[in-house]
Amino acid sequence: MAERVSVRHADFDLSSEVAALRAGDAGVGAVVAFVGTVRDHSSGKDVNRMELEHYPGMTEAAIDAMIDAAQQRFDIRAARVVHRIGVLEPADQIVLVAVTSAHRGQAFQACEFLMDYLKTQAPFWKKESTSEGSRWVDARSSDDAALQRWGLSSGNAA
Amino acid sequence: MRIHIRYFASLREALGPLESLDMPAGSTLASLRDALIASGPRHAEVLARGRAVRCALAQRLCDEGTPLVDGAEVAFFPPVTGG
Repeated sequence: MAERVSVRHADFDLSSEVAALRAGDAGVGAVVAFVGTVRDHSSGKDVNRMELEHYPGMTEAAIDAMIDAAQQRFDIRAARVVHRIGVLEPADQIVLVAVTSAHRGQAFQACEFLMDYLKTQAPFWKKESTSEGSRWVDARSSDDAALQRWGLSSGNAA
Repeated sequence: MRIHIRYFASLREALGPLESLDMPAGSTLASLRDALIASGPRHAEVLARGRAVRCALAQRLCDEGTPLVDGAEVAFFPPVTGG
C-alpha cells in the first residue's frame, strides 16, 4: 500500500490515487475523495497566486496521527492524504483526502472528519497574492466549529 | 537549558526562521513566550498576549503550560490555514 501521507510540491492525479488506495482490497465497497482547489477570489479580491508554507516533519506526523484517529473512530479500510506546498495558481489542486470503507456512510464521515481536522490542526499557512499585494490568510472560526461537531475542540482561530 | 525556537508564516517574516535561548530549569512554554516578549520590541509585538499564537513542542501542538526540556525544539506560529 502507498504511504498514507504525502506533502509535496508536485500535483496529484485523483484516479491513480484512488486506484492505488483500493488496489488489492476487494472488501472495499465505497471510496470517498475530497479535492480542495485554489479559488481565484478571496474577500472580494482577485487572487492570482497562493503560496503554502508548512512545518516539515510536524505536518506529516500530525496528518498521520489524524488518520490514526479516523481509523479508531470510523470503520474504514484505508485513507490517504496528499497536500501540496509552494506556489500554486488559481484552479490548481491543493489537497486530496481519500478514504475507503465497506459502506459509504463511514467513508463520507471519515473524509469530512479528516478535512475538518486538517484545516485546524495541521501546520500549513496560506499566503495569497492579489493585485493589492500579498497577505496571510486568516483562520476561520467556522473551521473550528466544524471540528467541534466531532466532539473535538480546536481553538485555532480563537 | 538551551531551547531552539522556530517561527513560521507571519511570525517567521517578522522574527526570522530560528533562534535559541537559554531558559532556567522548570521553564514552560508560557515562560519562554514571556522571555521572548521581553527580548525586544518586534518580539513583543508579534508574540503579545492576546494575539492568536499557537505553539508546538517537539513538533506536537501543545498548550503553554507544557514544561520544557533541555535541547527542546519549540515552534510559534499563527493559526493554521491549510486544506
